[in-house]
Amino acid sequence: MSFALPPVLRRVAPQVVTLVAVCVLVTLFFPGFLDLRLSDGRLVGPVIDIVKRSAPVALLAIGMTLVIATKGIDLSVGTTMAITGAVAAWCLDSGLGVGPAVALAIATGLVCGLWNGGLVAIIGIQPIVATLILMTAGRGIAQLITEGRILTFNDAGFAWFGSGAILGVPVPAVIWVVTGVALALLMRRTALGLLVEAIGVNRRASAIAGVNATVLLIAVYVASGLCAAFAGIITTADIRGADANNAGLWLELDAILAVVIGGNSLLGGRFSIAASILGALIIQTIDTGILLAGFPSEYNLVIKAALVVIILVLQSPQFMAEVFFWRRFGRKNLAPDTVKEDAR
Amino acid sequence: MKLKTLLATTAAVSLMGLAATAQTVGFSQIGSESGWRAAETTLTKQQAEERGIDLKFSDAQQKQENQIAAIRSFIAQGVDAILLAPVVATGWDSVLEEAKEAEIPVVLLDRRVDSADDLYLTAVGSDLVHEGQVAGEWLVNEVAGEDCRVVELQGTTGSSPAIDRKTGFENAIAGHDNIEIVRSQTGDFTRSMGKEVMESFLQAENGGADICALYAHNDDMAVGAIQAIKEAGLNPGEDILIVSIDAVPDIFKAMAEGDANATVELTPNMAGPAFDALAAYWKDGTMPEKFIQTESRLYTPADDPQAEYENRKDLGY
Amino acid sequence: MLLTIRSLTKTFPGTKALDGVRFDLRAGEVHALLGENGAGKSTLIKCLTGAYRPDAGEIRLDGQPIAPRSTSEAQELGIGTVYQEVNLLPNLTVAQNLCFGREPRRFGMVSSREMKRMAQDMLSGYGIDVDVSRDLGTYSVAIQQIVAIARAVALSGKVLILDEPTASLDAREVEMLFDVVRGLRDRGLGIVFVTHFLDQVFALSDRITVLRNGCHIVTEDTAALDRVRLIEHMLGRALEDEVEHRAVDHGVAGPVKPEMLAFDAMSRRGVVEPFDLRIAKGEVVGLAGLLGSGRTESAELLFGIRGTTTGTARDEVGPVRIDSPRAAIAAGFGFAPEDRKTDGIVADLSIRENIALALQARRGWARPVSRTEQARLAETYIKRLDIRTSDAEKAVGELSGGNQQKVVLARWLAMNPRFLILDEPTRGIDVGAHAEILRLIHELTAEGMSLLVISSELDELIAVSDRVIVVRDRAHVAELTGADVTTETVVRAIADHGREEVA
Repeated sequence: MSFALPPVLRRVAPQVVTLVAVCVLVTLFFPGFLDLRLSDGRLVGPVIDIVKRSAPVALLAIGMTLVIATKGIDLSVGTTMAITGAVAAWCLDSGLGVGPAVALAIATGLVCGLWNGGLVAIIGIQPIVATLILMTAGRGIAQLITEGRILTFNDAGFAWFGSGAILGVPVPAVIWVVTGVALALLMRRTALGLLVEAIGVNRRASAIAGVNATVLLIAVYVASGLCAAFAGIITTADIRGADANNAGLWLELDAILAVVIGGNSLLGGRFSIAASILGALIIQTIDTGILLAGFPSEYNLVIKAALVVIILVLQSPQFMAEVFFWRRFGRKNLAPDTVKEDAR
Repeated sequence: MKLKTLLATTAAVSLMGLAATAQTVGFSQIGSESGWRAAETTLTKQQAEERGIDLKFSDAQQKQENQIAAIRSFIAQGVDAILLAPVVATGWDSVLEEAKEAEIPVVLLDRRVDSADDLYLTAVGSDLVHEGQVAGEWLVNEVAGEDCRVVELQGTTGSSPAIDRKTGFENAIAGHDNIEIVRSQTGDFTRSMGKEVMESFLQAENGGADICALYAHNDDMAVGAIQAIKEAGLNPGEDILIVSIDAVPDIFKAMAEGDANATVELTPNMAGPAFDALAAYWKDGTMPEKFIQTESRLYTPADDPQAEYENRKDLGY
Repeated sequence: MLLTIRSLTKTFPGTKALDGVRFDLRAGEVHALLGENGAGKSTLIKCLTGAYRPDAGEIRLDGQPIAPRSTSEAQELGIGTVYQEVNLLPNLTVAQNLCFGREPRRFGMVSSREMKRMAQDMLSGYGIDVDVSRDLGTYSVAIQQIVAIARAVALSGKVLILDEPTASLDAREVEMLFDVVRGLRDRGLGIVFVTHFLDQVFALSDRITVLRNGCHIVTEDTAALDRVRLIEHMLGRALEDEVEHRAVDHGVAGPVKPEMLAFDAMSRRGVVEPFDLRIAKGEVVGLAGLLGSGRTESAELLFGIRGTTTGTARDEVGPVRIDSPRAAIAAGFGFAPEDRKTDGIVADLSIRENIALALQARRGWARPVSRTEQARLAETYIKRLDIRTSDAEKAVGELSGGNQQKVVLARWLAMNPRFLILDEPTRGIDVGAHAEILRLIHELTAEGMSLLVISSELDELIAVSDRVIVVRDRAHVAELTGADVTTETVVRAIADHGREEVA
């Protein structure tokens, strides 16, 4: 049973297997799941929908992975989405145009990240508390910008970020793929990945070894804020309006879940962006699968919760250890024939 | 004994004194969680101004304890009436009793409470089941006997608007075998979920070719769904009929552009009927009905949606 | 025989931690279990306490074979353990700690009066004066250690395992603890004593068993062994006064080494009084003092871990900025801290990554140390420092203490610093690694590196240092050079300084 997989693939193998399993499960309930066709020069099909719909959670999970790798957590990303979306919609509403809207939205995400990073790295507030501040206060800020209503706009250029396509692929999907690949390369082709992991495992020891932990910590929260800004732009563009009350609501929890399903430890250290993205895809596949299968909506959350529990249990190292233990035990004690065969 | 009488007289005189000048009404609003709620706040303030009522507004930010605190403070200030849009149905008995002891009438807006009905003057609200029914009846007339497969975007699972609007719609189409709800899922009352769920409906129903109509429990979900239908290359309003509830400005915009077919108004003007009832009560103690139902008016493209949009767009929706 | 262990074997992936080990324990003896790090001591103890299950072999208690599956099961069988880090709850009272899990109840409620009485009973005969209703955390580590022993004895009562119990105790406390242990021995308990301090072994134990590389080497009466033979058993080679052999010859004044670094009036209010320090190229300066005297704090000032209230640093060229570890590293400093676990290693990362970490941090994130270069570094230092590991990709947290220390050293050597601070470089590591690190210090100074060494082991400090500075009550109180550098002078400086001033 030992394939010579490269380390990267070995790391994400459980997530890939899970994703395939969930896809198979959905296909059982909705046979047309894997249908794919070209319509008006763009790919259409449930799978494409999933790839597109997972954009917000995938983007948040990318940033969240880095934050969690430093033993932190960023609860404010959902709210940051709402604020950046509100800023973008406000720009469009004021007639500033697409460019400034995007730029200001990204700048807003940057400021949110700096705020969180400053609280955590410089003032030394625990991440969960520090980001909770923005999580609760931020929605108020977003509502102030939108004046409490859904701030709509009619700008095809900006809407492109939500519903456009590049070479047939939905723009949101392109954005998360590019962001994910870019950040993963940035982490692994430079020393950032190692340094982030080091401060996540032991910030003090890393600082004594000369790692600039303060700046790095701020940087990961900024990265998380930027990812949230991208997600905010996409959701706002998607519905052509900024819904300060609902944009990104509870998505921080989905993002954390994606990171966990991706097998990243909440205690910091080793991380894999690819695995987190796969986690986001798994969550979205479950969500879309439930919708496609046509169960009554009362079951949505129960089914999702059950599947998530099963996935996490199957991925838990203790569980796997038990399985292997019993298998070995079974071979040794219950099936002497097998042992003989092995001996041969 | 004497002292008590004196006090009572003073109290009565001072109350009369107040009554002679502007009335003061305290309004405990849930918060501003939706555009509709914001419009309700705006309209309540407008209605109060029109009638020369001094309105004391308190935003509870979705918290019952804030509402209870606000009501107690209204009682302490000796307001002439209290408007309450309760965030939850239970737990109001003691504070309503306090208001009753202080002889301050309480009018419930929009939502109901589980307390005894002698604890408040009246409740103003719409009949959610009726709203669903109006929407259903519109569809029954519109398709006129032809077969129609309907997809439904429900509100938040388990919420009373979702349950009641579903029931009303089903009541209306009962007995019309040509109309069938083929898919029904929650869109959480939000635009983005409305769009996402509609996309899955389109996928599941042959790219949308098998869908004849969409019934959405609120306009926001309908607006999201309209975008999904457009992006799937179909024509909302023609290929797929759109009927929803609330009558927020954006649905009139969609209607003006031919993308939506009908909406049932849930008027945010709950305060108007409430103030009317209060005026009668203050004047000669007339007790209103225990429930004042607001009109659930149906709007279609025939009702000049552009004008309706202009009327509403500044209400804070 | 109270406890007999025969052909105990335990294998981990890549290593055979125990290989057919035997061990006997009589009732009423203190039996020292010795060996280098990685010799198998802790694995053996974990097999005894049920933390590990042996692959093969037999454990008999009172002649009955036992196979404990958990610590609590081992306790019920009669085997109690007390670890270096007291694993009791400091925020509960002494009585609650003693009775934890078997609180006396009255009408279903915990009876605190009954509990106090029970706790006092348990502590009687230990010769300590403790108010059992106070929080455990308010007492010294030694008292906590004795409370832990009392609890273990009361729960188990046959075999008591003491795993490095004296590591964080001072001399007086060690003596107090030993009295308690002797009392228990006289009551007929069998006591297994694991330690690195050979003095204590000779002071306390009746018999000694030495393990090496997972194998049983020897079991002998303490009286029949001398220190050199014991160390030979532990290292498997003749050591021959390793330390003395390489000791600095303090008697002869060698050529004057050129001054390289000068620190003036370094201080931090409330932490360290202002001190000056001159360091010459290739010189080893020792910093002696008791725990809490300000010696570690002095080092932290020099490395920028703590901000200074006053003080400047300069080298041959000009002023040197040392206001943060990064600045200090840029100035060519290195610092191997006392507390390896919290300040030194990055436990979840591999040996390779730990060694490359400081180098990478200095280069900046944009210029990664390539994987091959990291691997080469790791290989070089694994070989040079003899880091015992199956490969360079192993997480540092899985290594033994001595090997972790070597990894931290390797991290700094890879930087080729001109000034390296070693805070307790040999604490908690075994004799072999000990000697290797001392040898390394000599090598490094020969190459021209300057060192500041902090150590509680005076013999060792004196053996390596050209000069010794004595720290006491947060101030540098004496500097000893040349022939003055002897154990006696240092001890006198530590102990008598206050009196001298008065006189």
